[in-house]
Amino acid sequence: MFSRRNALVSSGCGFGYLAFSALATEAAERGQQNPLVQRKPHFPAAAKRVIFLCMRGGPSHVDTFDYKPQLDKFDGKGPGTAATGLNVQKGRKLKKSPWKFQQHGESGLPISSLYPHLSRHADDLCLLNGSYTDIPNHPQALVQLHTGSFQFVRPSVGAWVLYGLGTDNQDLPGFITIKPPARLGGAQNYGSGFLPAVYQGTPISDIRSSSPIANVRNPNVSKLMQRKQLDLLQAMNRDSAERNPLNSELEGVIESYELGYRMQSAVPEVLDLASESAKTLSSYGIGNAKSDEFGRQCLMARRFAEAGVRFIELTHEGWDQHNNLSAKLSSNCEATDLPIAGLIGDLKQRDMLKDTLVIWSGEFGRTPAVRRSDGRDHNATGYTVWMCGAGVKGGIRYGATDDFGIAAVEDRMHVHDLHATTLHLLGLDHTKLTYRYAGRDFRLTDVYGRVASEIIASTNDRAKHNG
Amino acid sequence: MFRTVLLIATCSLHLSLCSWVHSDDSVRAAFFETKIRPVLVAECYECHSSSSKSVKGGLLIDTREGIRRGGESGHGVVPGEPADSLILDAMRHDGLDMPPEKKLAANVVEDFRKWILAGAYDPRDGKSELVRDTVDLQQAREFWSFKVAKSVPIPAVNQHQWGKTAIDPFILSRLEAKGLRPADDADPQALVRRIFFDIVGLPPSVQQVQSFVTASRLNADAAIDELVSQLLETPQFGERWGRHWLDVVRYAESTGMERNGTFTSAWRYRDYVIDAFNRGLPYDQFIREQIAGDLLDASSSDERTRMLTATGMLAIGPKSLNETNKEKFLMDVVDEQIDVVSRAFLGVTASCARCHDHKFDPIPQSEYYALAGIFASTRTHYGTAKANGNRNPGQLISIDGGDVSLVAVSGGSNGKNEVKRIRNQLKKLVRKLAANKKQLAAAKNSKAREQAQAQVRDTEDSLKRFRNRLRQVEQNAETGSSDATLLMGVGESNKPANTRLRIRGEPNDYGVVVPRGFLTIGSETEHPVLQHGGSGRRELADWIARAENPLTARVAVNRVWQHLLGRGIVATVDNFGANGVRPSHPLLLDHLATEFVASGWSIKQLIRQIMVSRVYRLAAKVQGTPQLAVCVAADPDNELFWRMNQRRLEGEAIRDAMLSVSGELDLQPRKASPVVGLGEGLIGQTVKVDRLQTDDRMRSVYLPILRGAVPEMLSLFDFPEPSIVGGKRNVTTVPTQALFMMNSPVVLKLSQRFAARLLASGGMDPAARVALGYRIALARDPTPDEVKRVVTFMVDARETLRQVEKLDREETQLAVWAGFCQSLLGSSEFRYLN
Repeated sequence: MFSRRNALVSSGCGFGYLAFSALATEAAERGQQNPLVQRKPHFPAAAKRVIFLCMRGGPSHVDTFDYKPQLDKFDGKGPGTAATGLNVQKGRKLKKSPWKFQQHGESGLPISSLYPHLSRHADDLCLLNGSYTDIPNHPQALVQLHTGSFQFVRPSVGAWVLYGLGTDNQDLPGFITIKPPARLGGAQNYGSGFLPAVYQGTPISDIRSSSPIANVRNPNVSKLMQRKQLDLLQAMNRDSAERNPLNSELEGVIESYELGYRMQSAVPEVLDLASESAKTLSSYGIGNAKSDEFGRQCLMARRFAEAGVRFIELTHEGWDQHNNLSAKLSSNCEATDLPIAGLIGDLKQRDMLKDTLVIWSGEFGRTPAVRRSDGRDHNATGYTVWMCGAGVKGGIRYGATDDFGIAAVEDRMHVHDLHATTLHLLGLDHTKLTYRYAGRDFRLTDVYGRVASEIIASTNDRAKHNG
Repeated sequence: MFRTVLLIATCSLHLSLCSWVHSDDSVRAAFFETKIRPVLVAECYECHSSSSKSVKGGLLIDTREGIRRGGESGHGVVPGEPADSLILDAMRHDGLDMPPEKKLAANVVEDFRKWILAGAYDPRDGKSELVRDTVDLQQAREFWSFKVAKSVPIPAVNQHQWGKTAIDPFILSRLEAKGLRPADDADPQALVRRIFFDIVGLPPSVQQVQSFVTASRLNADAAIDELVSQLLETPQFGERWGRHWLDVVRYAESTGMERNGTFTSAWRYRDYVIDAFNRGLPYDQFIREQIAGDLLDASSSDERTRMLTATGMLAIGPKSLNETNKEKFLMDVVDEQIDVVSRAFLGVTASCARCHDHKFDPIPQSEYYALAGIFASTRTHYGTAKANGNRNPGQLISIDGGDVSLVAVSGGSNGKNEVKRIRNQLKKLVRKLAANKKQLAAAKNSKAREQAQAQVRDTEDSLKRFRNRLRQVEQNAETGSSDATLLMGVGESNKPANTRLRIRGEPNDYGVVVPRGFLTIGSETEHPVLQHGGSGRRELADWIARAENPLTARVAVNRVWQHLLGRGIVATVDNFGANGVRPSHPLLLDHLATEFVASGWSIKQLIRQIMVSRVYRLAAKVQGTPQLAVCVAADPDNELFWRMNQRRLEGEAIRDAMLSVSGELDLQPRKASPVVGLGEGLIGQTVKVDRLQTDDRMRSVYLPILRGAVPEMLSLFDFPEPSIVGGKRNVTTVPTQALFMMNSPVVLKLSQRFAARLLASGGMDPAARVALGYRIALARDPTPDEVKRVVTFMVDARETLRQVEKLDREETQLAVWAGFCQSLLGSSEFRYLN
């Protein structure tokens, strides 16, 4: 990013002692230059930030957002069903959804009865019904959803976004992930890969902890005392940096302490929900045993968004219904429906939905054809992701699976396309957002990725919608 | 005859599917000859036949076998299944565009579709030569790293007296050619700190600094030589350099992936590596033992055990325990082994050729499967208990006296020995606690009381921990095995055999059988094939460890160089292929490599040779002089090594140094691993990581390394992802590191211990104490300004603590000094090597 060599080469004429000290100053300044400082996007765009709702485990699309009336008709039919003409594996039978679908809003978007609250926002949702990914296994698919690649350790989407745009609030991490899974790629899913580590996500694993981000509180000394101590330390660090001006990392150390110091107060402030009204709390389902946990996460997401965090991810675990589909899928939806609906409503009310992109996705979907009576398996060939908010057309279904929801057949959207579109909505050209590593320019989308321009609202659309 | 002709005419015009199906062979043959073959010959053979100059995509379609098998992208033709026949997609320019420049007419494509639907009649018998390489091996071997290193003459230089060893002229001649002069030597304080961290990963004590500085004034060369030689013979050398190797071989104590099962015996391999460095095991032997230790002759049962343990390298890789497809599981294990062997020893990414010929390096897919045959003929013993979604439990090697056998792993693997060990430890701790309490009772002032109290608390904590561990171990011991030593490692399969190429790397999509063998690169011949029976690991190890292998020695010396100079001569230490960075000093690299082999592959000798050179002792800190400004301008990134690179210490070294300066470090090597205490199971499911005891005084190399749960301090400071081969660590600077140094209980505790240590040195005024702190932590004296600054801080802090926070005198004293000590530990100078 800051190539010392270029700077030196460009300023390289008539070197002498003075030039050396000038160089030294310059190097020091470069070191101080904050890599997280806000940067202009490639082109103007609606979205300023992302809230990514990760439904870990692979939510069933045919029971939620991808209405398949043909499944009802062929319920219980096995392979070789002439009418399906599809590759249903041996030993499997098509299974209809246990839930009813209904059309909602002016757009008439079909959503199942699992999401009574979210359905109120149907006209804001953009259902990406033709989504697909490469591998129907959790670890690979989850890592690919987050980084584009399951074979190699690569930077996560959040890290790329932070790298591209910087962040608005220097006292908070620019990329926060709440309750990320420890397994299935773990830290890789919010890692920075070959990008500088400042772009990696900061995990919050326990939202109720007094020190939600590790080491954010000092148990021994007061703030006052700590500052005095830090002043001593920083004086030492400045000495080191001055003694070796060629190593810009030393300036980075100074910067890291100041940021760390400020994070100590900024983080608990944002996480403290005490100032929120009872009405707001209940609109997120906080206080209701089933939705309390995810409700808190959603409310924190809004608070982080408001505070200027660039990329916020929330994870809800447990969507892997090989068994007990009817009980477990409905309890998952109960836990998340009101919180997500509350979040969208709240963002709208605060006029933040216009520049906040909300994305809902699992790592894949589930099979319409089943082996067990009450469970569905992994389906990578077709599933649903939805977007909502900044710059996205609301109330539409984009892309489609076949009549049974097995495979994406129309306007198919691979994970790479999802990434390309997400970057585009933020004003970043996925082919231009590159980082040079190991001798070549890398992209989030590698050599792939197509922006689904069909779902991007024109400025007019947006004005209409917001008006 | 007439009828046939008629039918052909019908076919070619508007043939219905029905008539096709009922047609006989002569009809099919005629259709093939008129509609299919001419198109193939005219449009495809140029790139996809055995007479092609260079075969594209690994696809040969000039035989029935070839067109059906397909190439890298999949099957060309699947009889009866147009949808699965890639040739149609290609002709329609759907995903693949063939022929590349023009789209065939729709009716031609339709002919092919019909032909396939009707069974793809194809009279073209004959064997298809499987994978015709798309790489020109002859030409590929002209690449610098694939040519054998030859000993090179020492370059001529103007400044003869500058050099100390044969290494130096290689550096100096390049600098002179550019009219540059290297930096001055580092001052002895910087140098002694550098040498200590580089060899043993620990800071020198105040006395050690003092005696080196004194010796250095008399004779710098002799002082360095002596110190280096002495440190290379300490046990801490192996702990330091063993850890470098563990990065390369992705050492970890669990499987990682979707079901993260513990490896409770992995630590034995860790100890093997540490021991190998300490005993000065020649590197070629080190290679042989890790790849084929089970097949080497042993002169004693201890040696047998040691060499079996070495093969743990092949067993400790990540495993997808939940995988349902057995063949895929096997091929993934094989792939992982090929990856670690090829990258660790050869610096090439052979595993890139699993699905297709290597895109950048001359490694054909066939050679990947030549290697795969070797590892597929190997049984990998990695343990893990069968339960909870572990569909692929393995075994462990059990050594009981002279008996070597294989055992399955049950819930727990801790033996009676462990119980005995813990009981002994408990007894000691009980005695220690009594002594601590006596001390507490005898304490004369509050300072002594405070210290004694802290000791009591610590001992009580340890007691509690060991009692818990005993309970666990006793439970496990009931189901576990006896006193046998359990190892991870490999053995020969019952029926070593060649394996088949897998089309597009799909485990169950078989191509032709590929004879077991090695890579053309690194060999004198093309496609070297195994000459003997057995898996071929022994031969593979010999092939890698040959002096004539152009890669092995270069890769090894480059790794050592990187650790000592901050950047490899080849900056991409794990990649010597086309995508790697070219060497900055190719002649020096070859010089080091040939000397290394000539020395009998001695790592210690190599380290020593580099450390007594002039280039190693150059200053990292450069003060502005006109001459240096020229260097900065000409070579800002120091590619020519005109100065030492300032290097950030690794997390392990920072932690060990913090423990060391606060007087807390226990240098006693740890037997086993805390993971043994966790027992066999799946992390997050049957075993809980929070039970791990990592907050200990042991050296960092003994900390438990579970995939996905690397100890906090290490992961904050860029510990490499332990699932991937990683010979080069990142250096990042992030606020979470700052928060750790400011607030973590570990750092706070060590700061207090460090302070207590300073306060315990009697008869000093504060300024002298501050100076002592600098000498202990940073191996140098502070400047008067620095002392003044600290004293000012202390006066100010003392007042705040007394007035505002109402601490008593003793508390204030400790807090103020702890504050100073914490600043030393947190300073950038502490974590960087000058």
